[in-house]
Order: sequence, then C-alpha cells, then structure tokens
Amino acid sequence: MSIESKDVEHVARLARLNLTDEERELFTEQLSAILKYAEKLNELDTDDVEPTTHVLPLSNVMRDDVVEESLSQEKVFRNAPDEEDGQFKVPAVLE
Amino acid sequence: MTLFDLRLKDLHNQLRNKEISVTDVVNEAFAKIGERDEKIGAYLTLNEEGARAEAARLDDKLASGEDLGLLFGLPVGVKDNMVTEGIRTTCASHFLSNYDPIYNGTVISKLKQADSILIGKLNMDEFAMGGSNESSHFHPVRNPWDFTRVPGGSSGGSAAAVAAGEAYFTLGSDTGGSIRQPASYCGVVGLKPTYGLVSRYGVVAFASSLDQIGPITKNVEDAAHVLQAIAGYDPKDSTSAKVDVPNYASALTGDIAGLRIAVPKEYLEGIDPQVKASVMEALRLLESLGAVWEEVSLPHTEYAVAAYYLLSSSEASSNLSRFDGIRYGVRAEQTGGLLDLYHESRSQGFGPEVKRRIMLGTYALSSGYYDAYYLKALKVRTLIKRDFDQTFEKYDAIVGPTTPTTAFSMGSQVDDPLTMYLNDILTIPVSLAGMPAISVPCGFSQGLPIGLQFIGKAFDESTILRLAHAFEANSDHHKQRPSL
Repeated sequence: MSIESKDVEHVARLARLNLTDEERELFTEQLSAILKYAEKLNELDTDDVEPTTHVLPLSNVMRDDVVEESLSQEKVFRNAPDEEDGQFKVPAVLE
Repeated sequence: MTLFDLRLKDLHNQLRNKEISVTDVVNEAFAKIGERDEKIGAYLTLNEEGARAEAARLDDKLASGEDLGLLFGLPVGVKDNMVTEGIRTTCASHFLSNYDPIYNGTVISKLKQADSILIGKLNMDEFAMGGSNESSHFHPVRNPWDFTRVPGGSSGGSAAAVAAGEAYFTLGSDTGGSIRQPASYCGVVGLKPTYGLVSRYGVVAFASSLDQIGPITKNVEDAAHVLQAIAGYDPKDSTSAKVDVPNYASALTGDIAGLRIAVPKEYLEGIDPQVKASVMEALRLLESLGAVWEEVSLPHTEYAVAAYYLLSSSEASSNLSRFDGIRYGVRAEQTGGLLDLYHESRSQGFGPEVKRRIMLGTYALSSGYYDAYYLKALKVRTLIKRDFDQTFEKYDAIVGPTTPTTAFSMGSQVDDPLTMYLNDILTIPVSLAGMPAISVPCGFSQGLPIGLQFIGKAFDESTILRLAHAFEANSDHHKQRPSL
C-alpha cells in the first residue's frame, strides 16, 4: 500500500522526529516503495505458521537476587548533557 | 610481505624468538595508518598513546617468560559500535559524537585478556544501518582495491582496515550481512558466528534478535583463533547461549572428504556472471578435495529481504528510542519543553538512513499495521528458518556467493534505498535463521574481489571453518593484496 504525507507526519510524531518538508516528501515516496516491496510477503500463506521472534529457545533469564557493585554516580553522569545535584536535568515537562 | 601478512602462528614465533618486538608490530599498524588512512578513511578514533603503552607492557611480559594470551601482541581495530571505556564511541553518528563510554563491552575485555592491543575505532554506516559505509556521519570509507568503489557495510572500516594492512585483525558486527558483505567486497575473511555465541554486552543495539559480533581477518586460521578468544557464555547478555566452545583451530585438518554441501539454486540466479563463474570454480575445487555437492532449493529466499527490513527496522525503532538527549549523546539547543527537546535532539542527531529505518519500524509496529507487517514478517522468518533446518538434515554446509556482485561505485545507490537493500539478498536469509556463516575470497572480477560464503548449522562453526580453510589452502585469492 502507498502511504501519504499525513501518515508520514503521524509516524514521525510517534518516533519523536521533526521532519522538514523535503524529508517528509522524500520519506513518503521511499517508504511507499519499501512497503510496496514488502507486500511480496502476502504471496505466502502464513495462517498456520508460528512467528519467530528469536532463533534461540530462550526464556527470561534471572540472576540471583544478591547485591553487586554498580556504577558510581560520577560515571553515570559523565555523559549527561545537563545535571544538577545528582539528577539529570531536563526542561519543563509541562509546557 | 609485511608483518601483517604473517599468519598469527608465524608472527608469534617471531615474537617468541625475539626477532621482532610487540612495539615493532604496533609501529607497523600506525605507520600504515599514517601512510594510507587519509585516502581510505577506515578509522574514526585512534588509541595511539594507549596502544604504545600496552605494547611496552606486553614486551615486558614477553621478557618475563609469562604465559602469553591467544592474540598476544596483535593490533586490533574495533568497529565503533562497541563501547570502549575512555575511548570515544560514536556509532559513526552525530548523536554520539561526544560519547565517552563508562565501561568496556565484553568482547573488548576478552580481547584485552587475550593480550591483543586496541589501536583504534573503525568507521561504519551510522548505527550499522547501511551496506556501503556512505551513511557514516563523519566520512565515507573507500575500498582499498579501488578508491571509487564502496568497501561495503556496515562494517566497512573493519574490512578496509584489514585489506589495507592498517590492523592485524578487526571486529565487525553483522545484522544482515554487515561483516560478510564488506569482507567480500574488500577481499578478506569475515565470520558471522551463530546468534548467541559471542556476547552482545556493550555493542550498541541495532536489531537485537539479529546482531552478532565477529572477526575480520586475512585468513581462515586467524579467524578461528579470534573466534576462540571472543566466544562464550556471558551472564551480562540475556541472549548469550550456554554452549561449550570447542577448539576451533583443531577443526582445521584440511580433510573435507565426504562432507556434504548444499548449493541453493536461488543463490545462483540473477547474479553477476563472473561471480557465478568463481563460485562454480570453487565448488569444483571443493569436489576435488573430496566434498560432495548438490543443488538444493531454499524456496523462501526471495522473501528474506522484505522480512528482514521490516523486522530489523522495527527492532531498531524500539532500540533507538533510548537516544533522547537526556542521559548521553548530543542534546539540541532548544527553547521549548521536554517533548521539544526529544524531537530536536533526535532530528538533529540522526542522519537520513537512520531516520528512514526508525520511520519504517515505527510504522510497522504502529496500531493497525502491526499484524500486516511486523507479525507477518515474523511468520515468514519461521518459513525461512525452516528452509535452513530442512537442508541441514541432509547436508553439513551450504555454499554460495556472499554477494550478487562485486563492490559498487560510491554514490551510485545512495538515492535508492531499496536497491541498496537488495545487495544483501544472499547474507540476510541466514541472519534471520541465526546460523553461522563465513565469507572467504574466491576470485576477482575486473580487479575487484569476489567472496564465497559457507553457511553452517547452529553452533557448528567448526565445519564451515574446516571447509573454508581447506578451500583457502588450495587457492591463493586470499594472498592477493591491493596496490596502495
């Protein structure tokens, strides 16, 4: 199926991206082409096929509930763009 | 013949006999980088001071007569999506251009335990998304065999550095072919291990159900040694497999008599005639060594690329949601509130290919489209995996080309993502199935290398290493070097 400019705008909002007019136009065209190609999958009958999310037969892995060494506060904030009093600083949440 | 053309064993003998020092070996790496990397662009960050200090330490260790690690004294370059404590790790993205990791990934710790020396971080497609290394935020990588051609991707820097003698070996990561395709384009050996064999702890996630780290080397034997050093269960990676790691080098017996090889007819359709001719010649060689091959069908091959792009982009859109400009990475200058900060940081931080995939993945996972795209692709993944499982009931390995063509020209596909994605049609299916595969040089077409791919059963790296090693021992394609 082909998607329209407004669909691209909606998806961009979900993905927390701002698109320029140029990007929106380009992505509308390119995503339509990719999704059209993906329609190929509909040639296959998969009604009775189980999905494969992971190739290994894994279930949740738990570690023992014991205290282990963790990162220091200095390390945790080493890459923080902004911090104050041991907390990550962000602008106002409510605008 | 330079130091880096020596096999690991021979280099180690020279070190042990004091014919050369570790410092000489490290000097060789930086000399070649100084001479060649301005043209090739394989490195993003060098660790020269650290590497020279480590070389001095290892020379002392050598003098002291202590036991030496498996990769003793070998200069290694690592793809820049593996975190290295105190050494900038960028994923070739503007978003992480200032990122200073606070820990080492498991493979980095293992490389150090094995006494190899980290000389630098290698260029790649941004966040490992791409097949040409042209989506790097910093600069593209050029193919050492022809500077007008791409080196492949996403581990383009890792493959080009080995081909150009700018590292003894490197690590890359492979999600849909990102080790094997550049190895093929650059005329070197690239191994993608079975999913779960090598820890992903400390590799920046692209598509978590597919990502796997592996070696790029000049020959198969060295690939076996590097795999030995990095493989094994890691409690820090919840998808790490609890399996015994065999001795890979001991599998390289040269004896492949009676091994059963399947050649998928779908892998020979529509490929470059010279690539096909080289693969057929390789099959004749394997046959002359006693292996038997038959044509088979993997009927769902043609659906793999579509399934892969939906699944990998879906996983990427989720994984990359962590890049919000709050805890690390580049925060955009902005005047609005929190939501604006997310939007602006992500819009300025990511390049076009990354945005395109986040958009595709977000769409495929969004309400109303999940079943039609994401779930459908997961079911097709099952069918693709079944093709492999059924083939491996009768055969020991699958052999075919690594890529349909040799390296393409820079700039020729950047505006056409779908065409670019189709270059990976022969590497993607096995990524979806999670099995191991290795690419080795098997010929040249107009001066550009051709790669031969061996695919094995899950956790049976030994058999494909044995086959690839026997092939290599009876051919000289891997000994060819670009004139630089």
